[in-house]
Amino acid sequence: MRLAGLARFNNRDAPPVPRFHARVLVRLRPSVLDPAGEASMAAAKRLGVEGLASLRIGKAIELEIEAPDADAARSRLELLSERLLANPVIENWTLEMLDPATSTAP
Amino acid sequence: MTIGVAVFPGSNCDRDVKWAAEGCLGIPTRFLWHEERDLAGVDAVVLPGGFSYGDYLRCGALARFSPLLEEVVAFAARGGPVLGICNGFQVLTELGLLPGALTRNRHLHFLCEPAELTVQPGTCRWLGGYGAGETISLPIAHGEGRYQVDDVTLHRLEQEGLVALRYRRNPNGSVGDVAGLSNPTGNVLGLMPHPERACDPLTGGLDGRRLLASLLG
Repeated sequence: MRLAGLARFNNRDAPPVPRFHARVLVRLRPSVLDPAGEASMAAAKRLGVEGLASLRIGKAIELEIEAPDADAARSRLELLSERLLANPVIENWTLEMLDPATSTAP
Repeated sequence: MTIGVAVFPGSNCDRDVKWAAEGCLGIPTRFLWHEERDLAGVDAVVLPGGFSYGDYLRCGALARFSPLLEEVVAFAARGGPVLGICNGFQVLTELGLLPGALTRNRHLHFLCEPAELTVQPGTCRWLGGYGAGETISLPIAHGEGRYQVDDVTLHRLEQEGLVALRYRRNPNGSVGDVAGLSNPTGNVLGLMPHPERACDPLTGGLDGRRLLASLLG
């Protein structure tokens, strides 16, 4: 029996494909107004939190990806970030590889 | 003349477009399911309003990858008329057929009201029935209609006469008061207001009729 997409199942002698953990942070570009952030900031003041100078809302996307090595994983995730997860017209993104051994994130 | 009306999971103005085209103007329509690729016999495509794919990730972001839209991009490249209304405008920007992006309204309110617009038809084939500088009123209904683009691109759009529709009183914070954009070849129009909701005297306002009727001209 062969199962599509399950290389390990189909060939038990194959080396395990490494799985990498990553996080993509998508932020509105500084020049883009963030009304949701401003509304949350106003609520923070009503909560009584003082001294808040800035609050901007973005997205965190957590991913697991199987790839031959960290570089391959990274380049696939960069493509994903640039083409789907963020819209470069209004957003910036950063990619963090979370596995300690492979992390080269700033 | 047949208008193809795209139907994504979450579209909710597809039937309004059908009613405006068929019921008000007598133009036949055909629904185009997002997974189909067959545009045979379709002379124009409308991407309707709604919340395609739940507007997950960003408005219009996931619709971009539907099989139907691959064909629509090719259709537009051949000069086929494509109209994106509201969510359809958001999809056109995500597709790259029009520049910029639509973001959350300045004051976060979902706006559902009439909007006065100034029309600059330029070479846009959808707007041939309107006079240059004419003021019209169309309903808007959106939470994320604030047009955003960098200053250089906005300046270029204005120089090239592609800002086809502007708000007279900017409701949502759009840069340049942009309510609608044409592409340089004039066959693609994206706009946040809903012309299909201004075609039937029963619901008030007929300023949208000439937009769809342009296909007959």
